[in-house]
Amino acid sequence: MGMYIIRRMLLAVPLLWAISLLTFILINLSPMDPAVVVLQAQGVPSITDELIERTQQQLGLDQPFLVRYLNWMLDCLQLDFGNSYITGQSVWALIGPAFLNTLRLTLVSAVSIIAVSVLLGVLCALQAGRVLDKSVRTLAFILTAIPSYGLAALLVWYFSVRLDLLPTSGMDSYRSYILPVLIITISYAGLYFRNVRSSMLSNMNKDYVLYGRASGLPERVITMHILRNSLQVAISIFCMAIPIILGSTVVVENVFAWPGLGSLSIRAILSRDFPVIQAYVLILAVSFVIFNAISDMINAAMNPKLRNGL
Amino acid sequence: MNVWKNSAMDKMGQLSLIVVVGVIIAGLSAPVLAPHDPLAVQMSLRYAEPSWEYLLGNDQLGRCILSRLLYGIRPSVLAVLVVLLLSVLIGAILGFLAGYFRGKTDTWIMRICDVVLSFPGYVMTLAMVGILGVGLENILIAFVLTKWAWFARVIRTSVLQYTEMDYIQFARTTGMGHGAIIRRHLIPVTFADIAVTASSSVGSMILQISGFSFLGLGIQAPQAEWGMMLNEAREVMFTRPEMMLPPAIAIVIVVSAFHFLADSLQVALDPRLRQSGLQPDRLPDQQEVAVRL
Repeated sequence: MGMYIIRRMLLAVPLLWAISLLTFILINLSPMDPAVVVLQAQGVPSITDELIERTQQQLGLDQPFLVRYLNWMLDCLQLDFGNSYITGQSVWALIGPAFLNTLRLTLVSAVSIIAVSVLLGVLCALQAGRVLDKSVRTLAFILTAIPSYGLAALLVWYFSVRLDLLPTSGMDSYRSYILPVLIITISYAGLYFRNVRSSMLSNMNKDYVLYGRASGLPERVITMHILRNSLQVAISIFCMAIPIILGSTVVVENVFAWPGLGSLSIRAILSRDFPVIQAYVLILAVSFVIFNAISDMINAAMNPKLRNGL
Repeated sequence: MNVWKNSAMDKMGQLSLIVVVGVIIAGLSAPVLAPHDPLAVQMSLRYAEPSWEYLLGNDQLGRCILSRLLYGIRPSVLAVLVVLLLSVLIGAILGFLAGYFRGKTDTWIMRICDVVLSFPGYVMTLAMVGILGVGLENILIAFVLTKWAWFARVIRTSVLQYTEMDYIQFARTTGMGHGAIIRRHLIPVTFADIAVTASSSVGSMILQISGFSFLGLGIQAPQAEWGMMLNEAREVMFTRPEMMLPPAIAIVIVVSAFHFLADSLQVALDPRLRQSGLQPDRLPDQQEVAVRL
């Protein structure tokens, strides 16, 4: 197992490098000259070629591509992502707190998603084909076809405006979490519970269940065996889900004015604040790779057969 | 393979197909069908109730909601289908190359896929929009650039199953050319997988693209698009919540139709599922999950 962890971590290194290179290239592909963006943000009335040249020098844009890439990468490794073109603040000071806010929302949502989808998945599998199973699946089907922003607006209108129970936006108390978490849970649990259900169902038809039943094991024990085997799928999906949610809370954050990465990135995109966009993409891609590796490791710990795969 | 006859078993599938085809035709012929100009502002008709002249009423600028919905099909649904077609095409070409020729080609193509897939699709799209600028075209470009890798991987897996089979080996021994083998023996058998994968991602792609418009990153006002109509309705949510209904219902109907269609396609194309009479339980693929919000 120790060897597996080391090998899996080594595998992530070239991927991380490729991501950093790709992020850097992407930003450099932009049709907009960063120097112009900075000058516009500073409100410089007339942008002359000379001024652009000077700003380019200040930003180090006159250096060759590889030198800039190396400098940028070394800075990033020290969590120095440069300064925002618009506000001049350090990007880390902007992104750090936002990242924590989004992470909070993500973790609370992940717990809720796991609870709901395991519960529904197991219930539906045990009741497969009966009324409960059918109605839950139909409901999930409809709910996942509703765009999350539409659902969010609907719930805000009902709970916050009509009933005046919950705050419409912000991140003040635990009550601010209820609606955003609910929306994220509905969107994801509606998909994930089907994975739990189908992996339960496929395990129920395996020989070991038949043998267990034939040798007179109580149903409860058999169910526990099935659960243990089918939750493996669930775990790998949930590990994957965390970075996915981390990167896709944009809409929910936007609707609820959550002071997180999503809101920050939209603002950065609309104002073409390249260092912020760059750092945002890099941070999310890196956490994606890290969580991916963790989920592989957990899976390998649970299923020794997978350890030889690398 | 008689898909239509098989899907005749599935009433839901047929109905969905009718809805999908109907929506596509309505989108294509929007200029003929729409009763009014979707951009014509009439301040005297702000928030007008549905009437015989304006069947779904008027929006905050007095524009005909029905006409806007009809024109909205173009960016919301037709554009998504074009993106899907392009990414499936790229994915299929690379997937066939990788799965059929194996070896170095395979390794390289799959490495590139890994890197592309290691970026969460949503973040990648945001990044592309951030770099290229706001607009529907840029979102569509970003979608093609991020989606192809997923299709390439799925199609490669599907092709791999068959390349080692005896009949392909036999075709090779008889001196049949690679192109002919792929065309005659591989495309027909892998087509089912491709169709199912492609159709099952339409729904989530429609949701995502409308989501970007909702955020204001996609199509720009005053053009009509369902996500943006919802966003405009959100601004008057407290006073006129019913304004959200037409675009929301349109999205739900189209997305559900595509979901049902994908499920019944899967049953129709997979004889094993059909015989067992099992409900297909389409596993949400990674890419689809990636894009829920």
